[in-house]
Amino acid sequence: MSEPAPAQADPPKPQLHVAPSPHLASTATTGGMMLDVLIGLLPVTVMAAYYFGLHALIQVGICVGSCMIFELMFNAMRGKPASILDGSAAVAGAILGLSMPWNAPWYAGVVGSLVAMGIGKIIFGGLGQNIFNPAMVGRTFVMISFSVSIGSAAYVVHDAPMEVVTQASPLSVAKEAAGAADLPGLWALFIGNVNGSLGETCSLACIIGGLWMVLRRSAAWRTPAGSVLGLAVISLIAQLIDPQSLTMLQHLVGGAFLFGAFFIATDPVTSPVTPRGQWIFGIGYGVLVFLIRQYSAYPEGVAFAILLMNALTPLINRWTIPTPVGGPAPALVKK
Amino acid sequence: MPDTGPTAGERFIQGIIPENPVLRQLLGLCPTLAVTGAMAPAMTMVGATAFVLIMANIIVALIRPLLKPHLRILVFTLTIATFVTIADRFLAAFMPGMSELLGPYVPLIIVNCMIISRCEICASKQSLPTAVADAFGVSLGFLIALGAVAGVREILGTGQFFGITLLGKGFPGWVLMIMPPGAFITLGLLLGLVNWNDQRKKKTAA
Repeated sequence: MSEPAPAQADPPKPQLHVAPSPHLASTATTGGMMLDVLIGLLPVTVMAAYYFGLHALIQVGICVGSCMIFELMFNAMRGKPASILDGSAAVAGAILGLSMPWNAPWYAGVVGSLVAMGIGKIIFGGLGQNIFNPAMVGRTFVMISFSVSIGSAAYVVHDAPMEVVTQASPLSVAKEAAGAADLPGLWALFIGNVNGSLGETCSLACIIGGLWMVLRRSAAWRTPAGSVLGLAVISLIAQLIDPQSLTMLQHLVGGAFLFGAFFIATDPVTSPVTPRGQWIFGIGYGVLVFLIRQYSAYPEGVAFAILLMNALTPLINRWTIPTPVGGPAPALVKK
Repeated sequence: MPDTGPTAGERFIQGIIPENPVLRQLLGLCPTLAVTGAMAPAMTMVGATAFVLIMANIIVALIRPLLKPHLRILVFTLTIATFVTIADRFLAAFMPGMSELLGPYVPLIIVNCMIISRCEICASKQSLPTAVADAFGVSLGFLIALGAVAGVREILGTGQFFGITLLGKGFPGWVLMIMPPGAFITLGLLLGLVNWNDQRKKKTAA
């Protein structure tokens, strides 16, 4: 908000302009931030299209389109002004689409979008009110619902036109073979020449898009930094204890970890707003990803890790209220 | 003991929607969440619960002059437990598959607050016909609530209704809906719908 205009009926012009704070207005808008995220997702989408062909674009298109339609529909049902132009529905749709396997059936994207927008977002009161990341709510819903058609086994198609998808995704290999020896090389994992969900395979593109968002201040740098720190430390310890397990670098560049760290964990609505809180959120996310990959029945745990940390976010926010300049932390407001 | 309070007809009507045990009083949520993965177990549960509720209300209404205030909860619980045991053994004998499917939730009818609340509120204070009407009304309310939750979950989860394929072979079941999260989502949305309808009615009345 800019300063209020002085009253027009006041004839003597004030010598000293006095107005209540805030005196500095930021130009950042929701729409601008979401546009930054979309631009950040561009390299990932391009790489997905390169590896998976038209399938990738169709999948992302379905999710973006249906997310926007459902947002429009639910807003109309609630009698609220349409919030579709702020781009948050498009971002949720893009992330949802990029977290799907290339051969996911169309209804998976549509149902995922319905759940993401309806149960993930609008039911809590719309953008800014939701507890959980909408895209991950939708993704988890369809992952559990349609485990046959988009579970980890569905990624492998032996007679597919793309060579990439004839192999199991790296983390599934690691899970089933109980060893990291059969994994593709680190370089292949880094540039994304492996099977996996559309957006997760190319770590390089995730890093480029993520850096763009961080430099534009549309994403907090502490969250991805904390994520990398958390996963690196715990997987290094695991590697030293058991050399047969996935190495630290394989954990970092394999699977959807970087995609989640840069694009999903940094969601300003569902991650902490305090600097220390962002570190805690990131580290918790990294550690949970490792634990789920290592000890659960699922090969990959990014969606669950994000949702679990989302649930902790209000608590983290309360515990990490920073000390303002010149005074102790304010007492929590009692209701 | 004089019979003061709503009449039998009022009790019956109130139990169905205005004081619906699940949707308004939030009682009996445990079976509502646990056995509503499909219509068949949900309806069996409704039948067993209705039997226990009606019989408990009859017995409590008959012995209400004998009830001592400090012992009444104990008497209610023992009465309910008797009929739960009958229902449980009946299911085990004549519907063994269903009994296995429902598992511990049939014995758990004993702790269904819906039943003990009816004994306390109505049967221990009012005459036999009123208590019976009340039990039938509340049972109908329970039927509506469980049927609504189970219907949504079974249709979305499997595309079937009472095991009859409804949405065609091509319908991909939303497996999550017949898992526990589906129960919470469905019940939450249903309660939201009921509250929304209430507010709308209040607005139009005002």
